[in-house]
Amino acid sequence: MTPDEVRPLLKVEGLSKSYGGRVGCAAVSFDLYPGEVMGIVGESGSGKSTLLNCLAGHLPPDAGAVMFDTRADGMRDTVTMSEPERRMLGRTDWAFVHQHARDGLRMNVSAGGNVGERLMAVGARHYGDIRGQAIDWLGRVEIAADRIDDRPHQFSGGMQQRLQIARNLVTGPRLVFMDEPTGGLDVSVQARLLDLMRGLVREMGLSAVIVTHDLAVVRLLAHRLMVMKDGYVVETGLTDQVLDDPQHAYTQLLVSSVLQV
Amino acid sequence: MSDYNFAYLDEQTKRMIRRAILKGLAIPGYQVPFASREMPMPYGWGTGGVQLSAAVMTGDDIFKVIDQGADDTTNAVSIRRFFERTAGVATTQATREATVIQTRHRIPEAALSEDQILVYQVPIPEPLRFLEPSEVETRKMHALEDYGLMHVKLYEDISAHGAISTAYAYPVRVEGRYVMDPSPIPKFDNPKLSMAAIQLFGAGREQRIYALPPYTDVVSLDFEDHPFEASKADHPCALCGASDSYLDELIVDDAGTRMFMCSDTDYCGTRRAKGHVGTAPTPPRQEETT
Repeated sequence: MTPDEVRPLLKVEGLSKSYGGRVGCAAVSFDLYPGEVMGIVGESGSGKSTLLNCLAGHLPPDAGAVMFDTRADGMRDTVTMSEPERRMLGRTDWAFVHQHARDGLRMNVSAGGNVGERLMAVGARHYGDIRGQAIDWLGRVEIAADRIDDRPHQFSGGMQQRLQIARNLVTGPRLVFMDEPTGGLDVSVQARLLDLMRGLVREMGLSAVIVTHDLAVVRLLAHRLMVMKDGYVVETGLTDQVLDDPQHAYTQLLVSSVLQV
Repeated sequence: MSDYNFAYLDEQTKRMIRRAILKGLAIPGYQVPFASREMPMPYGWGTGGVQLSAAVMTGDDIFKVIDQGADDTTNAVSIRRFFERTAGVATTQATREATVIQTRHRIPEAALSEDQILVYQVPIPEPLRFLEPSEVETRKMHALEDYGLMHVKLYEDISAHGAISTAYAYPVRVEGRYVMDPSPIPKFDNPKLSMAAIQLFGAGREQRIYALPPYTDVVSLDFEDHPFEASKADHPCALCGASDSYLDELIVDDAGTRMFMCSDTDYCGTRRAKGHVGTAPTPPRQEETT
């Protein structure tokens, strides 16, 4: 795959964000191709979440460009794009899965309403169709159809996270941002969620940027890996290559710190 | 009279409110912030409406106040007396004679004309408030026409009750742009929002004014397969026999006997004066004593 044949879906150039004198993330550049999953790992405070929020348009970066291959006009810089356009992207071609499901869900709205919100936001006005799609998506994330009118707080943590994924994917996005999607879940639930996400990514041909500190998650999901430390990218490469043969001292430390069971 | 400036408010305040009204009329459905004054009545009793009435009123105006359609309820009587005392304007109970009508929670049954102004008292002007608590966020949503959330509310209604159960303060879209709370009028009144008269909405505590110019396009939000329906109690008025008016339900004895009657007292009285009768020709005792 060369850039001549396939255009990147997302092209990040020199993205920097600092909080006063402190560096959030600095001079991050990478390309993400359609169908590719990029993992970003690093310890707490290494700038992973800052980077993800800058990419998704939740935080304005200080410098740099986030070029996205839009359906209508080709490559556009989402940083300089107008707010309505960015919001439109945020509910059509982009999806954002939060670490805590309650940040990404409306807890006082039923599961069906949660899944239907993005559809209604882009103009769906037929109740039967919206409900039909909501039931279909609940099924895809293994939530029983008879739970459609229950509120998210009646769901377990794993179900909430799966509901959040359904709510995000219902409009058929092309790019998904995930912030620690398996954080705070017990291992068996994590395993099922990872299995589900791997299936959905493959089935829908999604591109994804996954931020996590869990190396097992990126080993399973990510094709490529970026290792961050103190706001800088210290190592990039194919996931297996980086994890099996880490070059940078910090990556070596990270890989050797994983508990072997 | 000399104790007060005409219509209670000082002239500078009236100018400030008129500027907000003009802006509101220029951008139909947009909530214009204004410096709401303390009025000699508690918030929730129509302080926004009273300030609007005071700002548009002239000495020649004929003033009418209704509360839930009735001219003779406490709130209506006290606001009417307030302007009789502070402005010395003529007042009336007849909808057709009035030039300024202040209303709480109803639109009069009789069609209004171009030389009339209808002033609404609004408790919560923000239609998105119960879905999104942050004012910063709701203003952004209005600015960006980000109204998906409004339909989530209607979706929740249908999924819980099988139909859109919102019966009052039913959200509308104005001229295809702003989503607006029409104040807590019954949804029966929503189709009347496109009318010949100027409509002004005032929320005193929330410090917002918004407006609908004459003949503005106002559409009630709905779903294709659950269209908007202007519902009312399925009865004729027991006093005047009208079947096209919005009805109050009254329990008249200890056995729970119900009686349905027009909520618009002027409309009902006018019909009875013309000789229309319903099933219960004499009004209930509560009315006789007033």
